[in-house]
Amino acid sequence: MTTATSANTNVDVDAEGFLVDARQWSERLAEEIARENGVPNLTPRHWLVVNFMRDRYLETGTAPSIRSLGKESGVPVRELYELFPKGPAKLAAKIGGIPKPRGCI
Amino acid sequence: MTELLEQPIPAPIAPQTIDKVSIVISKGSLEGIYPGLIMANGARMEGIEADLFFTFFGLDAIRRDRQERIKVATVGNPGMHMPTLVGALPGFSALATKLMQRQMEKLDIPPIPEFVELIADSGAGLYACRASVEMFGLTLADFVPQVSDVISVGEFYALAGGGQIIFT
Repeated sequence: MTTATSANTNVDVDAEGFLVDARQWSERLAEEIARENGVPNLTPRHWLVVNFMRDRYLETGTAPSIRSLGKESGVPVRELYELFPKGPAKLAAKIGGIPKPRGCI
Repeated sequence: MTELLEQPIPAPIAPQTIDKVSIVISKGSLEGIYPGLIMANGARMEGIEADLFFTFFGLDAIRRDRQERIKVATVGNPGMHMPTLVGALPGFSALATKLMQRQMEKLDIPPIPEFVELIADSGAGLYACRASVEMFGLTLADFVPQVSDVISVGEFYALAGGGQIIFT
């Protein structure tokens, strides 16, 4: 599925709106996805999480669990849920332009 | 002459979603506790509101003195696929528990104390069942600090209002 962004570029997304190809991602696109998903403003704390998710995925091929996100991203679990109330791992992956985390934890 | 009537177009049905779950954990073995914890954590990860209600031996999951000593049931558990007498050998339950914990660590599933803390930090409410607490002669002070309250079954139903209840 292809969707047009307001930045006037076409990106490929899956049925849930996750980017199919992580290379099509940009910071401007991230801000746009965030707005569409109930995060109107990406603060430096949001960016810390989004970049951690993205870097870890590009490094290992899988998105980190909520457990390692809480332990290693520098943002504790409680704050993760304040930043991304609709699910930190899922939403940070979406904003970071990587596939939806498939794990159960 | 027959006239073809226009077929009414059915209104699209929005996919059903779950907004809230209340999960009861009633068993005190490792395999009795984990499913409820995984479901509660999984709910929060999807942005679903979640509460946990611990009853009977499920209370062991939140008891300060027992939380770190939860074992796999190796006796009376057909899922182990071994003779009950083998499962009853001294130290066998501890061994099976150790093996299972090692496997879970590989899959990034936290040990029970850490998992309970993670779930509480994710915004889920943790409650102990009053009838069980009284039966075992316990008080709120016997539980880990993440437990918000000891509540009656009536209060549990009030909390669970408008959501789904899952019994494990």
